[in-house]
Amino acid sequence: MANDYSGMTVNERLFGAGLLDDYDRTRAQGDLTKLNELLAKVGLRFENGSHWDLDPSFYMLNINNLHATVADKPILKGLSLTINAGEVHAIMGPNGAGKSTLGYVLGGRPGYEVTGGDVTFDGTDLLALAPHERAAAGLFLGFQYPVEIPGVSFVQFLREALNSQRKARGQAPLSGGEFLKLAREKAALLRMDMDMLKRPVNVGFSGGEKKRAEMVQMGILDPTLAILDETDSGLDIDALRICGEGINAIMRKPDKAVLLITHYQRLLDYVKPDFVHVLAGGRIIKTGGPELALQLEEEGYEAVA
Amino acid sequence: MNLAALSMPTKSDEAFRYADLTALAGVWPVEPEEITVPAGASEALSIVQDAASGAVARQLVVTLAADAIFDLRILNLGGAYGRIAVDARLGEAAQFTLGAAQLGSGDQVLEIVTQVTHAAPDAVSRQVIRSVLAGHATGTYLGKVAVARGSNGTDSEQSVRAMLLDRTATANAKPELEIFADDVKCAHGCAVGELDAMGLFYLESRGLPPEEAKKLMLQAFIAEAFSGAAEEEKLQSLALKRLGDML
Repeated sequence: MANDYSGMTVNERLFGAGLLDDYDRTRAQGDLTKLNELLAKVGLRFENGSHWDLDPSFYMLNINNLHATVADKPILKGLSLTINAGEVHAIMGPNGAGKSTLGYVLGGRPGYEVTGGDVTFDGTDLLALAPHERAAAGLFLGFQYPVEIPGVSFVQFLREALNSQRKARGQAPLSGGEFLKLAREKAALLRMDMDMLKRPVNVGFSGGEKKRAEMVQMGILDPTLAILDETDSGLDIDALRICGEGINAIMRKPDKAVLLITHYQRLLDYVKPDFVHVLAGGRIIKTGGPELALQLEEEGYEAVA
Repeated sequence: MNLAALSMPTKSDEAFRYADLTALAGVWPVEPEEITVPAGASEALSIVQDAASGAVARQLVVTLAADAIFDLRILNLGGAYGRIAVDARLGEAAQFTLGAAQLGSGDQVLEIVTQVTHAAPDAVSRQVIRSVLAGHATGTYLGKVAVARGSNGTDSEQSVRAMLLDRTATANAKPELEIFADDVKCAHGCAVGELDAMGLFYLESRGLPPEEAKKLMLQAFIAEAFSGAAEEEKLQSLALKRLGDML
């Protein structure tokens, strides 16, 4: 209980979790027990007239007032968002809002410079870690445009990647046989032919196959937090359902969380979000439940925002 | 041997334009190594130039008789100056393959200089040259394919690519064709580049440390030079070890 939080930060946290209205109502009722139950969901506690931090590692992911630039151009302008274990969050927003930038900043892509704010992942300073260290810590970034790597097979690359992660976590490496068994199992989950994983990474894959291969990789690497950047783009209806079911099977667990970055409601039919956020102008400007995505689909961003 | 062959080359000799002449002087003259592949025979040779220091200069003079097959692979990675020159003369319907990789760092100067002469019809030559250069290293490929008068049905290919790991490294490449026949197929491609930053980030984001990600991409980059070689695995693993030291 180290920090005394200013009203502004409290509001941001509650807003980020979609609880601001509930909080205002409860506070007006003067029910302190109920108020603290509500605040506990955002890692806070009300006592002696102030808000106190329960535990800095309360959230799986805590993005606080994040500012970032790409080629000196400000893209993220004070973005705050908190994600708890067990939750699925969706970020929607118009083109150019900063959705992909958020994914890249969290993944640590060179050239995406953080100019303000902080991000903790399971209590550690995410921004201080190199991309491969973020992966070993349990972060997975699903690419909107998975990259082709000629001459390197999926199997070779993924085994090395998984064993690098395991080494960093002090776990023993998987043998060739153990790895192939795991890969076969996850490929089957995404209905992907195992032979495709023996081919060079993403080379000659269709858009849909690339996205399915991303999900196979997620299954093999078994992250605690998956940030999936437009996993639904380029998918036909069947592939969309297969990917959606794959995300649920791999990530819908009490100790895992998902941040879906998407333009459309359709993926959310399969992967039901607990929270939907609207990102515009580099900030979260609205947060709600699954119904917000439907409303956005009906009315468009401009009307809703 | 005549006197002209003994006199030191200068930078105005095209084949020595990028050579380290000071280092070369220490090992000059270079005694040509003759290799003759008899008619219809098939032979293979792997050369690993991994001198600890100093200068190494070799000149292979290969003669392929009619229908002969010669598969030459070169891993050029040692010494302050490492030069391997290959002069191949192809008889009718002979097949010549050269797969070479040169991996240099520090102030190394490495070069592969070839002259492939299609002296008779229907011969096939395939050259794949891959260079990976770090620090202030220089890697050069000078490759001339000469198609003699009447050598119709010639099929020749040169694929030359270099990867610069640092902006201070240098790659020189000069694939050259001299054709005196009409019915020939001579392809050549040449590219100098850097590792794809997005590819590296992709691999790293899945958990590979940067050196491992680079090594994996470079391993794939040079693989083509050794693909199909009798000693493919040995050459690959030696190259991989050197790449590990370079990164």
